[in-house]
Amino acid sequence: MNKRLLLGAEAIALGALDAGISGVYAYPGTPSTEITEYIQKYSQDHHSPVRSAWSANEKTAFEAALGMSYAGKRSLVCMKHVGLNVAADAFINSAITGVNGGLVTAVADDPSMHSSQNEQDSRVYGKFAMLPVIEPASQQELYDATREAFDMSESLRLPVLLRLTTRLSHSRSIVESAPERPQNQLNPIYAPERYVLMPHNARRQYEHLISVQPRLEEFSKHSWLNTLIPGNGKTGVIAFGIAFNYVMEARELFDLDCPVLKIGCYPLPRKKVEALFGMCETVLVAEEGYPVYEELLRGFFGGREIWGRLDGTLPRTGELDTDSIARAFGRHVNHGLPIPEIVSNRPPELCKGCGHRDLFEALNIVMSSYDDRHVFSDIGCYTLGALPPYNAIHTCVDMGASITMAKGAADAGLHPAVAVIGDSTFTHSGMTGLLDAVNDRTPVTIIIADNDTVAMTGGQCSSATGTRLVEICTGLGVEKEHIRSIIPLKSHLDENITVLGEEIAYEGVSVVIAQRECLENAARKKRNTAANF
Amino acid sequence: MQLNIILAGVGGQGILTIASVINQAAIHKGLHIRQAEVHGMSQRGGAVQSHLRISARKIYSDLISRGTSHLILSVEPLEALRYLPYLAPGGKVVTATDPVVNITGYPDLEAIFAELHRTDRPLLVSAAEHARQAGNIRTSNMVMLGAAAPFTGMTPEELESGIEKLFHKKGADTIDMNIRAFRKGLELSQQQASDT
Repeated sequence: MNKRLLLGAEAIALGALDAGISGVYAYPGTPSTEITEYIQKYSQDHHSPVRSAWSANEKTAFEAALGMSYAGKRSLVCMKHVGLNVAADAFINSAITGVNGGLVTAVADDPSMHSSQNEQDSRVYGKFAMLPVIEPASQQELYDATREAFDMSESLRLPVLLRLTTRLSHSRSIVESAPERPQNQLNPIYAPERYVLMPHNARRQYEHLISVQPRLEEFSKHSWLNTLIPGNGKTGVIAFGIAFNYVMEARELFDLDCPVLKIGCYPLPRKKVEALFGMCETVLVAEEGYPVYEELLRGFFGGREIWGRLDGTLPRTGELDTDSIARAFGRHVNHGLPIPEIVSNRPPELCKGCGHRDLFEALNIVMSSYDDRHVFSDIGCYTLGALPPYNAIHTCVDMGASITMAKGAADAGLHPAVAVIGDSTFTHSGMTGLLDAVNDRTPVTIIIADNDTVAMTGGQCSSATGTRLVEICTGLGVEKEHIRSIIPLKSHLDENITVLGEEIAYEGVSVVIAQRECLENAARKKRNTAANF
Repeated sequence: MQLNIILAGVGGQGILTIASVINQAAIHKGLHIRQAEVHGMSQRGGAVQSHLRISARKIYSDLISRGTSHLILSVEPLEALRYLPYLAPGGKVVTATDPVVNITGYPDLEAIFAELHRTDRPLLVSAAEHARQAGNIRTSNMVMLGAAAPFTGMTPEELESGIEKLFHKKGADTIDMNIRAFRKGLELSQQQASDT
């Protein structure tokens, strides 16, 4: 017996390692980052030949994982929910080609938006792609189910989507692991009729995908992740994924005698759902995320007594918890003392001494000379520049959108059109937008806040920083004299104001790279070096 | 036994080190653990908390229900107040009194203390001062753990061996310093108990 105290994310990582993966592909994103980090550390400590470096974005990650699967080996690909939007093209089409070596996509959703811009539910993508989806409810289940998912993937010759949410990813529990399975041998598949998705092949493959759907249901029917827990109450619960935990906790805490159907493997196991409905007069649908299956179970014309997020029995948005389940059953939840009125919010902030602070200070001074002060920005620590005292940025939508939105606004006649984007976000999906601007000779100024790392998610390696960013911008066609570098430090304030002022005034494509290492990252490096001696 | 603890603080204060020590002790006793943490954006100087649940039986929820936390252990006084709805009747609040003032309109400290005193015999600890006496201000966490030790379901010995395990790579000096800090906190707690 091998027991470890692991985060949910780490349990996935260990499950994948023990299932014999040859590679993990990922772009950092809360709450998924720790999966890949665990594998990186494990590979380093064990000198194990598992490929684990960060990818430039989720699409490149997914495609590389598909390529490894094509070559016969097992691969894991990890991302946060919005990352699946970026990888969606590859993800959906991998269902049409199918896989060779086992391929599991672990996607961490973020209901309540702790660190995200929406709470989209990845199970919808699973249905959309017609792929099997698993949604374990505990750290141990994550380990066991991840291991099995690779067998399932190889047996169905389809990628498997593993969905989890923030709480499970970032909560620790003791996980017992099983012996490691060896990696697959190199065994590339020669099957152009599957992998060349020209229409004549794609049509056949799509028919095939539809024809195997009953096999997916067979898996669900027999899956240990779907279990019916008996009870005598007239109200039953279908509890999906982590919602099961809250239902069981409420059952104990509030003495609820309700039958519970736990769902952790999709498509829905029809017989088990029918069995639950046969036992009860009403059914509460408890889903963490969108009311995806509540809608399906209600159907267009309704009929059955179904409670859930859509009728307000459970909150329409945000995470569930034990208390929301208890309230759904009409139980009174005893709160402790109320939060005193003097307690103010404590939002996150840029670290003291962070280079982004000096960048925003200089930028605000330059922008104050214009009537129209719009700064398009992006996703990273620098997004905190939207908050006081800086209020320096005015948009943050999706990875890379700062550059393209600035371009569109410039096309509409806005001047100046300024974008602020981090080094890693730039290589993730900013470069193509810059190419558009260059090709169109759009008057935009792109400020790359280069802190040498993916800082917000905890300091992962960035795909390109420093002089490589200059080379990339040059290669994309930005004029050399309009690629400027500054050092965001207080002592450089005057100089930085001058450079930013000149380039923002310039009516063409200009890039200002503000280069200074993330303080947290520098401190981390120092600690690691100290630990190694 | 079943125990719910809310650990509170500001991003970067290291509340997870406290959780790790309690976890070490709980693992040693063969107990079940669930410990929900905050990663990501809030870690940058925002309010952070960890729900730590320890039980002899299987634990389902990673989150503590409102009104069921036996202990709120905070390394910052304002943050202790944020989680009062979670406190069980008769639950204990143990908090450091050293404020982290990184927001405008940080409330008056006396007002914060007055609110804390609405709970049942809260233990307020000048953690930084005691940590300095132990040899390093960075041991504030261990002062707080010591002060909260009687409410963690673990004996001081079990927690001390947890500290040893956690810091064993850092050498004997670091272990000693952290145990000194832990014992300072423990003394304060014992003093409060004997004042009754």
